[in-house]
Amino acid sequence: MSKILRLFLMLSILLGFNLKIFADSMIKIDGSSTVYPITEAVAEEFQKVYKDIKVVVGISGTGGGMKKFTANQIDICNASRPIKSSEQKQARMNGIDYIELPVAYDGLTVVINKKNDFIDYLTVAELKKLWEPAAQNTITKWSQIRAGFPSEKIKLYGPGTDSGTFEYFTEAICGASGKSRGDYTPSEDDNVLVQGVAGDKYALGYFGLAYYEENMDKLKAVKIDNGKGPIAPTYETVQNGTYQPLSRPLFIYVNRSAADRDDVQKFVEFYLKNAKNIVKEVGYIALPDKVYELAMKKFQDKKTGSVFKGVKIGVSAEELLSK
Amino acid sequence: MHEEKLIYKIRDNFFPVAGLLATVVSLGVLFVLIIDVFKDGYMRLNLQFLTSYPSRIPEKAGILSAWVGTVWIMVLTAFLIFPIGVASGIYLEEYAKPGKIKDFLEINISNLAGVPSIIYGLLGLQIFVYFFKMDRSVLAGALTLSLVVLPIVIVATREALKAVPLSLREASFALGANKLQTVVFQVLPSAFSGILSGVILAMSRAIGETAPLITIGALTYIAFLPTSPFTSEFPFITFQGLKDYFTVLPIQIFNWVSRPQKAFHSNAAAGIIILLVISLFINFLAIYLRIKFEKYMRRR
Repeated sequence: MSKILRLFLMLSILLGFNLKIFADSMIKIDGSSTVYPITEAVAEEFQKVYKDIKVVVGISGTGGGMKKFTANQIDICNASRPIKSSEQKQARMNGIDYIELPVAYDGLTVVINKKNDFIDYLTVAELKKLWEPAAQNTITKWSQIRAGFPSEKIKLYGPGTDSGTFEYFTEAICGASGKSRGDYTPSEDDNVLVQGVAGDKYALGYFGLAYYEENMDKLKAVKIDNGKGPIAPTYETVQNGTYQPLSRPLFIYVNRSAADRDDVQKFVEFYLKNAKNIVKEVGYIALPDKVYELAMKKFQDKKTGSVFKGVKIGVSAEELLSK
Repeated sequence: MHEEKLIYKIRDNFFPVAGLLATVVSLGVLFVLIIDVFKDGYMRLNLQFLTSYPSRIPEKAGILSAWVGTVWIMVLTAFLIFPIGVASGIYLEEYAKPGKIKDFLEINISNLAGVPSIIYGLLGLQIFVYFFKMDRSVLAGALTLSLVVLPIVIVATREALKAVPLSLREASFALGANKLQTVVFQVLPSAFSGILSGVILAMSRAIGETAPLITIGALTYIAFLPTSPFTSEFPFITFQGLKDYFTVLPIQIFNWVSRPQKAFHSNAAAGIIILLVISLFINFLAIYLRIKFEKYMRRR
């Protein structure tokens, strides 16, 4: 018996490897962890309809995804920020062309403890004073931010420096991507930030709106005053563009040559058609209907390139697709 | 006189008590962790959870692709580390002549055991994924994990071989056996249970490793399984699955933990329970094999 088994194993080692080399059609997606839940949900629905098309989604951050995207290893890149000029250069060098499609909005939310009763809103200037690099070790008490705030120690929580959230927030508040004070508690896991702020009356932190909405019992969102009065982050204020400057668009980038493939075409069209409802379900904010239509048209016309030169703050929905 | 005796007695009893305390503390922490995980995850433990792919709806999400991926990777890793690790251990312990080369190998193996696993991930990415063009396949993942845990197996094998008494070898030689016969028929069987323990330890480490697999680009969302090794056509077995994409339980758990929705955190807890069960099962299997083997040895 065992002899037969051994013979059989040896035979299969010899034969097994030459059976099938190429798998069925597969769409490879990678990139931002922020955009991941949307793409995962779309892939889930898509595979219910198109059972023969396989979709795989990885998480390696917008930067990591872009690296693979510009090296032609994946078909679609999830991105929580526009493609950087250095990445555009890399793509050009490798002969990669791409179609930039906005798929949703995210509202970065500044949160404080539920018991915090002295902050209702903060102006962008106050946020800057709180977070800019010069604040390190000098702005340590709330009373330094605004007269009337208590003389209590400020505890700050924020995402790690690798995240797109960090890049966007620093750009929007401090004026340059990556410019931030360093003496805050960073975590790549937003739930850790939630715990941190929920446990300290004098704490402040920032992360995506979805994390705030799940923890409204423990946290309070700070209204942001950008010169037009304090605006609270809600589905409506993010969607209609009044919650500024902390609303940010999320993207997918489609490889131009992959866009000619039948399976990728079906997937992207499915994505843009169904994004509106799916985006809501996973906790993000849908773009206005018109923008999805424009995005669909842009994809069908195969218009390549990016409308951005680096991170840009406060872009209106239409602007995302103009030019 | 009497007092001195008392001091000795206290001193004598101090160490066992301290040891017991240390054991209780570490077990207590483990116990609390397990209770906490069970509390969060038990209601998600059902057949649907084991047979569904990931989903945006927490109640419909499952870990099918993750646990199948973990089993694939574990089985493959075991097949890879056992022959390579044991053979290296035997060479270093039984054959290598003392000298510069042996010293060099020994120092490097000890160093490798201390290298952070993410470094192996980078190595695996360059060598297996890019150079050998394995892509982000099951095989590339298993090879990378094998690199991570090989030093453990090698060191354990050497320790087990070292523990075999010299008299056994001498007896074997005295009866006219040559070196190979002595190693294969006497030394190795006596050391086998020790070697198995090393392999268990290595597997237990491998099952929880996430960093190297994320580095080589293991996926997170995947709604199909590696091709089954059993087929209906001749030769009834296929290795196609080795080339397929995969995800593993720790990656899926990590993904769910970082989601905002609480329900996903329950899924993560349930995933941890399954990971514990698989890990326990592997240990159980190895212990079973060891007992079987020891019985067999005694009968001989």
